[in-house]
Amino acid sequence: MLQILKNRIATYHFVFSELMKRDFKKKYKRSILGVFWSMLAPLFTLLIMRMIFSRFFGRATPYYTTYLFTGIIVMTYYSQTTNSGMGSLVNNAGIFSKVNVPKWLFLFANIASSSINFFLTLALYFIFVLIDGLSFHLNYIFLLFPLLCLFLMVTGISMILSALYVFFKDVQYLYGVFLTALNYCTPVFYTPNIVGKLSWVFYLNPLYLVINYMREIVIFSRIPSLLYHIGFFAYSLSFLIIGFIIYKKYNYKFLYYI
Amino acid sequence: MNIIEVHNVSVKYIIGDFKDIGIKEYLIRKFKGQMPITEKWALKNITFNIEKGDLLGIIGSNGSGKSTILKILSGIMPPTEGKIIVRGKIAPLLELGAGFDGDLTVKENVFLRGAMLGYTKKFINERYPDIISFSELKDYEDVAFRRLSSGMKSKLAFSLASLVRPDILILDEVLSVGDIAFRKKSEAKMKELINSGITTILVSHSLEQIRQICTKVLWIEQGKMKGIGDTDTMCKQYETYMNNK
Repeated sequence: MLQILKNRIATYHFVFSELMKRDFKKKYKRSILGVFWSMLAPLFTLLIMRMIFSRFFGRATPYYTTYLFTGIIVMTYYSQTTNSGMGSLVNNAGIFSKVNVPKWLFLFANIASSSINFFLTLALYFIFVLIDGLSFHLNYIFLLFPLLCLFLMVTGISMILSALYVFFKDVQYLYGVFLTALNYCTPVFYTPNIVGKLSWVFYLNPLYLVINYMREIVIFSRIPSLLYHIGFFAYSLSFLIIGFIIYKKYNYKFLYYI
Repeated sequence: MNIIEVHNVSVKYIIGDFKDIGIKEYLIRKFKGQMPITEKWALKNITFNIEKGDLLGIIGSNGSGKSTILKILSGIMPPTEGKIIVRGKIAPLLELGAGFDGDLTVKENVFLRGAMLGYTKKFINERYPDIISFSELKDYEDVAFRRLSSGMKSKLAFSLASLVRPDILILDEVLSVGDIAFRKKSEAKMKELINSGITTILVSHSLEQIRQICTKVLWIEQGKMKGIGDTDTMCKQYETYMNNK
């Protein structure tokens, strides 16, 4: 199994990096701000949201700026990556229908280049954490866990979306509506206790699991329970597994719809 | 030793107005039982072998399944039935512009396309000067690919595919591009490739070209194999068939 993985990496790593470079260059080819735009956009959102909402929710929430920013960067990464990943099969159809490069490479390269953007935003995030008055500590190493789970989830969901988009073009519109709803259903600028007894519902939202974990570590230096870890990981992994199953099952059909 | 073996390959296509319909339309149709999908066998029971060094030409009228068999051989599409065995590295040139990106420069595209053909960065670095000089694009290295003329794009594609020395080269009607000077050059290159032992599979509508280049010819008509044999015989059979239509 490991040998197969090693072989795959050896065979495809050059194509993968070239595709990633391509996605990156295309995105920032003619923009003035270039890569900085991906950092500035969440920052603007933070400033605006803080201005508007701190009056209502900022009083009761410690370190509201960090609280907000955590939610914003995760939601931004999720939306951008899944949206862009959704089109990765259809947009590259011209290539893989004429050249024998595996289809999943295009999706993964797309996710990888979006994720590089995310790391840049993370750097900005940590700067703001310091500005807000918090300090780094050893527990930060645990942040790798929610980030890993987020990554698995985003990959799985992008796989599902990209497959659906091949068959149903209106998935992009439906997903747009879904994302808007998701943004409001995730406690980014409000706190879960706003729904009182029903606050457990938020734990069904995998993005909330990511955001909450990060807030626990960064703001309160608390490490979530083992149950949290197990449930969270299983939840994220399930998206990836569903994604793989869909790809395997419908792979042969993609070429008929291109 | 056969470099390619095709065992009883059949390919089924789904055709009908089912692309570009949304979820809503799909569900409505499914509910009403109105799915206008028909299945068509693009290829049926194709069996043949190719030996190392062969120059196989594939002929047949339009829509016979020639491009489909190339896709199967290149590994782009799996056959619905049957199997193929390929013992070597393939460079498929099914569409000269495929794989290149208009926004990137010529140099960047050489690496991108070269990577898709399965070569390492080191290899492309070494061969890069040859690729650029063969395609006569030295002055255009840093120009965006979309600015090139179609002839230049074809030159680059052919240059890349032929200079990286695959074991098997697959060409779908791509030798008829470019100006006369380049055509002479590419024909000369093809002859050089043949002599160096590269197996080639060529689809062409020009029987003259097939007669000139190919050692063996496979005739596919409406998805079925009409025969495989030496160039002269097969071409004559095909011509008779076309004249009688």
